Amino acid sequence: MARIIVVTSGKGGVGKTTSSAAIGLGLALKGHKVVLIDFDIGLRNLDLIMGCERRVVYDFVNVINGEATLNQALIKDKRVSSLSILPASQTRDKDALNKENVGKVLEDLGKLYDFIICDSPAGIEAGAMMALYYADEAIITTNPEVSSVRDSDRIIGMLASRSRRAELGLEPIKEHLLLTRYSPKRVAEGEMLSVEDVEDILSIPLLGVIPESQAVLKASNAGEPVILDTESDAGQAYQDVIDRLLGETIDFRFLVVEKKGIFSRMFGG
Amino acid sequence: MALLDYFLRKKEKQVTTASRAKERLQIIVAHERNSRNKQPDYLPQLTEDILVVLRKYIQVSDESFSIKLDNKDGDLNVLELNIELHDEQSSS
Repeated sequence: MARIIVVTSGKGGVGKTTSSAAIGLGLALKGHKVVLIDFDIGLRNLDLIMGCERRVVYDFVNVINGEATLNQALIKDKRVSSLSILPASQTRDKDALNKENVGKVLEDLGKLYDFIICDSPAGIEAGAMMALYYADEAIITTNPEVSSVRDSDRIIGMLASRSRRAELGLEPIKEHLLLTRYSPKRVAEGEMLSVEDVEDILSIPLLGVIPESQAVLKASNAGEPVILDTESDAGQAYQDVIDRLLGETIDFRFLVVEKKGIFSRMFGG
Repeated sequence: MALLDYFLRKKEKQVTTASRAKERLQIIVAHERNSRNKQPDYLPQLTEDILVVLRKYIQVSDESFSIKLDNKDGDLNVLELNIELHDEQSSS
């Protein structure tokens, strides 16, 4: 049985696609068969972050409409063969997706992959509801900032009421909090909500804390998910997320300001 | 005196913007959660009344009866009644 994981947030621009790309690639690097689905119909971007934008021929909506087979639409990642991407369409046909046809695609993908990662669009419209409907688990991507936390709480409410698991009265979706763009320095100065603050408010288990990092922009510039940048703090933090998703218990890193050693102070580290 | 002021000011704990953010969020999130789960005031009385009518005709235990008001897709409200009938009753 494939694990269907939705990466969601409510608010836009908090790092859903960056996280989907990093997590998808990270799981595949561990040897799992992974498919990444872009649910942002009309505004696809996962292809760009994954660096495969020029290889898109068919998309999710083509598959739904029977204009292409899954095999034709899936793009195999050039770096890891066990990873595929199903791009969203660029036309505005948002009504193309419904519970029945998305369910069918997920069922077919479930036979081929261990993990199905659904990159949700922002908002609480049909597209976002479609992305979370079939999920077994949800990664709620949140910035330590008031509007993002509030929107995350709304999405948590949706997961509990509008998902397939909720409708059928099954075991609820397993929720994970992923705090992104975290700045330990600003937290120390009392200018930013701390991990504990956000955990307190949302009360869902913490999956990871990704520090605010220059590596993230560099990664999207290059179309190389940031998890490949193993030197970077963000890359390492995503690696910890992968290990936790796979059941390991790992201490959280990058939560406090690193004290500069005398060498880096002298030579500018 | 200025020197004394300096030390005193350092001591008093300043309210940080982060703690204000947390406080505001706790209030608004709790408020929104409440309105999300809120059932209309008439629901308990409606439940009682429906049970009274039902029991004129059939035996219904409290456990085999449930009532729920659901909000689907924003503007569609659905009142859902679930009544389990036992075999001997359905045949009569």
